[in-house]
Amino acid sequence: MKKHWEVLVVDDEPVMRESLAAWLAEDGYTVDTAESGREAVTRAAAKDYAIYFVDLKMPPGLDGIETMMEIRRLHADASVIIMTAYATVDTAITAMKEGAQEYIVKPCNPEEISLLVGRIIKVKNLQRENLILRKKLAKQYSFHDILSKNPKMIEIFDLVREIASLRSTVLIQGGSGTGKELVARAIHFSGDRASKPFVAVSCAALAENLLESELFGHERGAFTGAVERKRGKFEMADGGTLLLDEIGDISPKLQVDLLRVLQERKFFRVGGNEEISVDVRVIAASRVNLQEAVAAGTFRDDLFYRLNVINIHLPSLRERREDIPLLASAFVERLSHELGKAASELSEGALRVLVDHDWPGNVRELENAVERALVTSKGHVLDEDDFAFLRREAGHGNGWAAPDNMSLDEIERQVIMATLNRTAGNVKEAAAALGIDRSTLYDRMKRYGMSRTGVE
Amino acid sequence: MGGIAIATAGAVDREAASWVESCLATALGIDTERLDPLPDPSYAYDEGRGQYSSTLVLHDALARRPAHAARLLVITEHDIFIPMLSFVYGQAQLDGPVAVLSLARLRQEFYGLPPNRPLFLVRARKEALHEIGHTFGLTHCNDPGCAMALSTNIEQLDAKGSDYCSGCATLLRDAARVACDGAELAVRSGGIR
Ligand SMILES: [Zn+2]
Ligand SMILES: [Zn+2]
Repeated sequence: MKKHWEVLVVDDEPVMRESLAAWLAEDGYTVDTAESGREAVTRAAAKDYAIYFVDLKMPPGLDGIETMMEIRRLHADASVIIMTAYATVDTAITAMKEGAQEYIVKPCNPEEISLLVGRIIKVKNLQRENLILRKKLAKQYSFHDILSKNPKMIEIFDLVREIASLRSTVLIQGGSGTGKELVARAIHFSGDRASKPFVAVSCAALAENLLESELFGHERGAFTGAVERKRGKFEMADGGTLLLDEIGDISPKLQVDLLRVLQERKFFRVGGNEEISVDVRVIAASRVNLQEAVAAGTFRDDLFYRLNVINIHLPSLRERREDIPLLASAFVERLSHELGKAASELSEGALRVLVDHDWPGNVRELENAVERALVTSKGHVLDEDDFAFLRREAGHGNGWAAPDNMSLDEIERQVIMATLNRTAGNVKEAAAALGIDRSTLYDRMKRYGMSRTGVE
Repeated sequence: MGGIAIATAGAVDREAASWVESCLATALGIDTERLDPLPDPSYAYDEGRGQYSSTLVLHDALARRPAHAARLLVITEHDIFIPMLSFVYGQAQLDGPVAVLSLARLRQEFYGLPPNRPLFLVRARKEALHEIGHTFGLTHCNDPGCAMALSTNIEQLDAKGSDYCSGCATLLRDAARVACDGAELAVRSGGIR
């Protein structure tokens, strides 16, 4: 396995450089050497090595530490071993601060260096295997950018393939962040309309008259501000697919207009009298349950039946927890790249936190959580502490969150008051609940001007 | 013709040198030749460390290898080192013509223990096979029973086998055939472990 790893030995002393290179070559590594920091940086720019052995004491220009920093600028997670004959605490500390993975004092025991190199390579091997595994999994479980191994989702993938080339309307229902638009795109791009436009409109974002002109377009002078004729989304999507997102939010009047387009495939631009026909496949999406909206009388049943020819219901992320590791790793991989972060993995603990979380905002919330954790992350692995905000947000029954602009004293005062209220002024009980002794509690009460009942 | 030349440098246990020669001859099935002893490698002595630089001994060996020998193994009693490491048992040019073997740390006496001649000779065999294996391009073997396994201390050296594993034996046979003018070789392997 180690035979595929390349290492770079950087030392200005020829015997030192060549003999270490030879020793590493005997151990099966492909070894390059550099006789100066400059040369090392040039080599590192050309390719990343599994391990860099860098001598601390090299001639002015680029010493060992500076060389290491330059290498790290090129490869943030480079494994650098600093070699020195000068075992002073100062230089060791500097090297560690600057991020030397390891620090060895020469001459060192063959066993020591062999263990050290073995440890680094083991981690590298693991990272490489994880990467390959992740890529394999991602490919295996991905369908048009949707990742899942959940049986319900796989049924949906099958259904999408089956209906992709039909013209029937599709109604996609599911909570916010469940990926309704991704499914709509998957339908469009796996069918024979794939080369034609895919147009998406959110019906929630716009007022009735604006949405009307957005959908159907308008003639010049149709209303104040209509200085030019404008094509609507239906026209833009001609030959392709139109996604009407948040369809549950449209007004009764637009419901009628939409019903007519779906029945006749013809419409008028706002302020126009020329009838326009289009060939558009309509996909509607809704986070609210449209059957219930029909029952409540806020959504026309005839429109509902027109839309609901093919129905897809997307499960919440809670209902497909097995996908969380897969999705989270995919987000880490993509976002760490976008954000320029070193983190490429999730610890076991982090995965546990993510799998246990309830995700009211579904996949989108998971993506946001990973992004938030990455932004503040420092290391190569995201661990549970990086996701501590999830636990805080999930709250403990009463949804407690640190209030803005509140001093520690004020928080303490309020906690003491609330505890005393709960214990009906029983100081002994309150002190036990707060985990302090009675005299301390009396002191605090005095400081904050409280009586036993907790009220001033 | 090509074969393995063996030379002692300085005062060396002559019986041990002969034993190493016969080990290589039988293990590789290749011609061996004993050269006249080389002078003591005092040029390689490092005052600060009280040891001899194996790199300098190797450089000297390169100049002394007879043209007809495919490989030269130099045997010394001195404790040898490379600058990075506190000691080495031997050093070889990977896929190159020369190797050096030190007998110093193969003796029980080095560790303050009573002499053990058979153990010493087995250790010498293992390290000779190991270093010569490197000269034919073999790198360390993951089979802990193989002579090409890395040993960084005497316990590891004692734990590994005194033959090549079948994989290393095959590689060695192919490499030696090329290096030694196509002579038919019968590299012995320790069998399947
Ligand atoms: Zn070796
Ligand atoms: Zn082997």
